[in-house]
Amino acid sequence: MIRKKECVAMLLAGGQGSRLYALTNNIAKPAVAFGAKYRIIDFPLSNCINSGIDTVGVLTQYEPLELNEYIGNGQPWDLDRTFGGVHILSPYQAKRKSSWFEGTANAIYQNMSFMKKYNPDYILVLSGDHIYKMNYAEMLRAHKATGADCTIAAIEVPLKEASRFGILNTREDGSIYEFEEKPKQPKSTLASMGIYIFTAEKLFKYLEEDDANPASSKDFGKDVLPAMLNAGERMFSYRFSGYWKDVGTISSLWESNMDLLGANPAFDVGDAEWKIHSRNPLAPPEYIGENADVENSMIALGCEIEGVVKNSVLASNVVVESGAVVRDAVIMAGTVVKAGATVEYSIVDENVTIEENAVVGESKSAGAGIAVLGRNITIAAGAKVKGGVILDKDYKGE
Amino acid sequence: MAHSTVGVIFSNIHDENIPELSRHRTMASVPFGGRYRLIDFALSNMVNAGITTVGIVTKNNYQSLIDHLGSGKEWDLARKDGGIILLPPYSDETDKPYTTRLEALMGITGFLTHRSEDYVVISDCDGIAHIDIGDIVRYHEEKGADITMVYHEESEPCESSYFITLNPDETGRLTGLKINPKIKGGKKYNLYVNIMVMSREFLINTIQNAVTRGFSSFGRDILTKNVDTLKIYGYEFKGYYAGVNSMEDYFRHSMELLRRDVRAELFGGRDIFTKVRDSAPSKYLDGSVIRNSLISDGCVVEGTVENCILFRGVKVGKGSVVRNSIIMQDSVIGSNVDLNCVITDKNVVIRDRRTLSGCETLPYFISKGRML
Repeated sequence: MIRKKECVAMLLAGGQGSRLYALTNNIAKPAVAFGAKYRIIDFPLSNCINSGIDTVGVLTQYEPLELNEYIGNGQPWDLDRTFGGVHILSPYQAKRKSSWFEGTANAIYQNMSFMKKYNPDYILVLSGDHIYKMNYAEMLRAHKATGADCTIAAIEVPLKEASRFGILNTREDGSIYEFEEKPKQPKSTLASMGIYIFTAEKLFKYLEEDDANPASSKDFGKDVLPAMLNAGERMFSYRFSGYWKDVGTISSLWESNMDLLGANPAFDVGDAEWKIHSRNPLAPPEYIGENADVENSMIALGCEIEGVVKNSVLASNVVVESGAVVRDAVIMAGTVVKAGATVEYSIVDENVTIEENAVVGESKSAGAGIAVLGRNITIAAGAKVKGGVILDKDYKGE
Repeated sequence: MAHSTVGVIFSNIHDENIPELSRHRTMASVPFGGRYRLIDFALSNMVNAGITTVGIVTKNNYQSLIDHLGSGKEWDLARKDGGIILLPPYSDETDKPYTTRLEALMGITGFLTHRSEDYVVISDCDGIAHIDIGDIVRYHEEKGADITMVYHEESEPCESSYFITLNPDETGRLTGLKINPKIKGGKKYNLYVNIMVMSREFLINTIQNAVTRGFSSFGRDILTKNVDTLKIYGYEFKGYYAGVNSMEDYFRHSMELLRRDVRAELFGGRDIFTKVRDSAPSKYLDGSVIRNSLISDGCVVEGTVENCILFRGVKVGKGSVVRNSIIMQDSVIGSNVDLNCVITDKNVVIRDRRTLSGCETLPYFISKGRML
């Protein structure tokens, strides 16, 4: 018997995430912290294991160190397997040539031998940029039922945002007759989610053709999908209607964190039916002090809260000293907000020290935008960081 | 040093100290501190000292313990050589499972002889402390001791049904050792904290000798009888030590975790390893009031929580006031409930508008899975 996996997932995690500025100075976008204890990549990885897909290639390129360390042997996602499991696939040097991954399609093409090792019938292509819960097994069922060569997950977006996406124009049965990458005048509002299932043989054929084409930019959306459509392959959309958010910008990352709060959150990470797995911090339970005032917030293990925390998401081991105020903020692991300091409408990365009476950001209603502090920096006592400012170095004030 | 030490943990001894909590589980798997089991402290002390092989002696009710330990990976003890090795009671048709520590040790001679480490550290699960086991082994070597017993100076009487006090001289060598002595209130004494170090060879010889002579009690037949002939040393542990000898102790020591100095000593600067559940971070809703409380992950709090320990996955509904209480894993407290000095075991449900109150010396205990 030939050992095989019906479906192998390929997760594109090489993105630099340049619109996250200081937050991705030293880490790849999928490694960015989210929701007090997660990283963006926890969502596609958890979706895979919860959908019964236990073989995942993670394609890294930009600043892969922290991401590689985070994924490790895949044990937190139950992806440490003797056959299958999660594998980091970095660009490598080959006998004939060596190169960085040139585009999304090229990244997958360069790892053809990884996929072929598992004799897969289907390849699931994912990106590490989104927060969502999705059962890929249902999408695979739809792919088989329509007899498609390629199925693209798609979601309705507001008309005014449609030109930011790859737009699918479909017939009544869901089959795609036209694919427009970021159209100026969108004909429909059905956007590609960047989640594709291919019948493996078809994918391999088109990747080889794409590689041989010098005019191609080696991108799925721009090159491979249009090529398949032009050749008359069966391409279907798979409609998804749940929560799905690209967290590629400062404001969308902030909003998506806020979507976790409340009794009936827009996005529930505490869903026992669809657990989001992650590498857990080793920390004691959080301590909320005698004079603390905590409301409408999410707080992770190891935090010590003596001050005021409202409408905020605090990751593990964050300290908010007495008299400090944290409001409308996302604070990542290990950051210390000292006595009397204020953090408003901000995203603060890991291990930042905000000294006594410093002020970071301005209230949301002031309209100045979200202040961002990169990791490992210190904001001096009494210093004021204005709203909308992005800092990645120590700041002593003006 | 400690890499040449093998650990042995007794999971069941002292079960009778807190029968309410150990009815369905071993002392080792009694929940403590929001997300831990008592064994996590003994195991983490060993792992943090570089010990990579730990035999865990079990007797009964050890399902929950096996569930907690799994493969041992959370403690970095899923190893090719060694790791966590469960040692259930060994008995043939004529024997009954062990009743004493010495009989239990006889049952694990096979495990001990097959190891290659120089030293054995034996620990029970009744104590919560951050102890440097490497330092105890170093002390044991320096003194050239046969047995090193760890003690902590106490002034409150010990409520355990079996405890040992030590009298070391100025060099640390024991001149006396008493089992269950009468303790006068307020007088200081040296309580043995159920952690000892021996060379593996010495332990095996001692066990074999005990088998041929028909001894049954480690305390009476080996320690007290030989305090003059053997080199038994006491190692004083001067840090924070919480012995769980009664429900009152359990309650009091749990509440001590609300002190910054206690948390800093137990959790600061090193890791306490435990089973991971992948719970979401805890959520505090509009209207929640939290004061002086330790709250684990997966909780959702809408009411008022004061001076409490909340374990993983606890829900506190709107309008409820929970004070001075310990609420264990996945318990659900409805709305407009009033609790004071209550300990709920796991999966307890308290319906809307109930009022329950105990007192600090006699917390009101609600057993696992009950619905009120």
